[in-house]
Amino acid sequence: MSVSQLIEEAYTGLKSLVIGLGVTGKALTQPGVTVLYPMEEVERDNLVTYRGHVELIGKDEDPAVPRCVACGACVKACPSNCITILCPVAAKEGEEAGPVKMGPAPQKGSKTPGEFIVDFSLCSLCGQCAKTCPVDSLQFSDNPYMVSFDRKDFRIDLLARLRRMARDEAVAGE
Amino acid sequence: MQAFDPTALRGDLASARFEPGPTDDKLILSMGPQHPSTHGVLRIMLELDGEYILRAEPVLGYIHRMHEWMAEQKTYMQFMPNMGRVDYLHAMAWNWAYAGAVERLMGVEVPKRAEYIRVAVTELNRISSHLLWWGAYLLDLGAFTPIMYAFDDREIILDILQAVTGSRLTYSYFTIGGVYGDVPADFASRCLAFTRHLRSRLPMYRDLVTDNVILRGRCEDIGVMDVELARRYGATGPCIRGSGAPVDTRRAEPYGVYNRFDFRIPAYTEGDAMARYMVRMDELVTSCDIIDQAVQGLPEGPIQAKVGKTVKPPKGEACYAVEGARGKIIIHVRSDGGPKPYRVKLRAPGFSNLSVFCDLARGTLLADAVSILGSLDLVIPEIDR
Repeated sequence: MSVSQLIEEAYTGLKSLVIGLGVTGKALTQPGVTVLYPMEEVERDNLVTYRGHVELIGKDEDPAVPRCVACGACVKACPSNCITILCPVAAKEGEEAGPVKMGPAPQKGSKTPGEFIVDFSLCSLCGQCAKTCPVDSLQFSDNPYMVSFDRKDFRIDLLARLRRMARDEAVAGE
Repeated sequence: MQAFDPTALRGDLASARFEPGPTDDKLILSMGPQHPSTHGVLRIMLELDGEYILRAEPVLGYIHRMHEWMAEQKTYMQFMPNMGRVDYLHAMAWNWAYAGAVERLMGVEVPKRAEYIRVAVTELNRISSHLLWWGAYLLDLGAFTPIMYAFDDREIILDILQAVTGSRLTYSYFTIGGVYGDVPADFASRCLAFTRHLRSRLPMYRDLVTDNVILRGRCEDIGVMDVELARRYGATGPCIRGSGAPVDTRRAEPYGVYNRFDFRIPAYTEGDAMARYMVRMDELVTSCDIIDQAVQGLPEGPIQAKVGKTVKPPKGEACYAVEGARGKIIIHVRSDGGPKPYRVKLRAPGFSNLSVFCDLARGTLLADAVSILGSLDLVIPEIDR
């Protein structure tokens, strides 16, 4: 390798080093783009369409009661079987009316869910349940900060959650 | 009890073919599945002489999740979320391939608005995939900074796609006969702002990385794949376009509304890692062009064709090919008339691209093999399925 080639190589190497440092220096003077969680959180309007776990939508006249008619369409549509809906089983004829038994929806004569549980640890957030609901009773919540040490915390009772949210809203409205 | 004999350890099925021979100067190296410079959980058996590779063989199956079997257990729509998990970097293309195959089987015509939205989100997803590849490849080669710039730009795409689909990575946005939901009102303006932003960033990418002498040294004349080799192995996507064959499913067999757009298909003739790198960098611009045209010509109308609540295609089979970020994705669906598919075959482009590695790595330095692996843009979950 001749001397001129060595100098040329050193020159191109140094040049690309200077250019690279220039880009880094420019980025250094610009404001940061990251959010330092948990001291800061992302803006709320960034989370409008965020898919958290599904939640029930209340009726217009009574937000504590879901629109759900316990037809079981979402249970069937779910790819990972994470929804459980239980309804009171109608007593058979001739049987004594004992304690109320709960069975999987749909149950004859039952038009409201007795229990509506979503196992969020199984959910893949595909939205098939919300899409297939005939009365539009399901939507995605927008809480991205779900953390827990216990797997049981991800079995979410949606009826209790709806009642709690309706109560909070009523308190906030007063 | 038998005494412990280390020479009796024969390894597993893959390493059995790489036993040390009669000479001692060969080193058998199992690169991965935990080796941090490989992608995902790929394992490569190497036979080394000094620092040169004599033989290389990828070992697959560490993240095999039986996607094809799962398809047979689920109804047609229930399988859709799986498509976001096969290739998590370009989920939209897999969404499209599956939705397209079932639509072709049922003879469903997709509304124009849905087709345009599909094009826009797929191309956005392609850019995010290429940006991540760019960052990760340079990370492989020892450059840490570029991935920060790549993720900065990628974040904007993820925000746009989150507003449309609700997810940030594993999209399950397509439905049989349309898309899951309509785009927000500011979708077109955000896309246009993003493509403008990305085009303004590309000169910086070129200055920072592409023209850098170290990158050129690591990429140029490394892993030269001639077009015959690529054809023989069925390599597609940027790999074969880097070898001088401008084959692109979007142009060769247009699906959706791609024949309405005007775009350039980049191709380089060198066939080395640098050519594949340049193809992907040029594809960023190509995708930007397509997004601009798609969102500007976004027609009004429905986003979902009339399909029954339970999808039940007639007896028969259909095949649908889509150009993914890594190459040609083909999904073959066979129906026996029931609510569940009889068989779904997924053709992953990464599998064919990885197969070329055995030939490319022979005789190269170990450090160059890492560069070759990265330049093939492998996504292991897609290869293993």
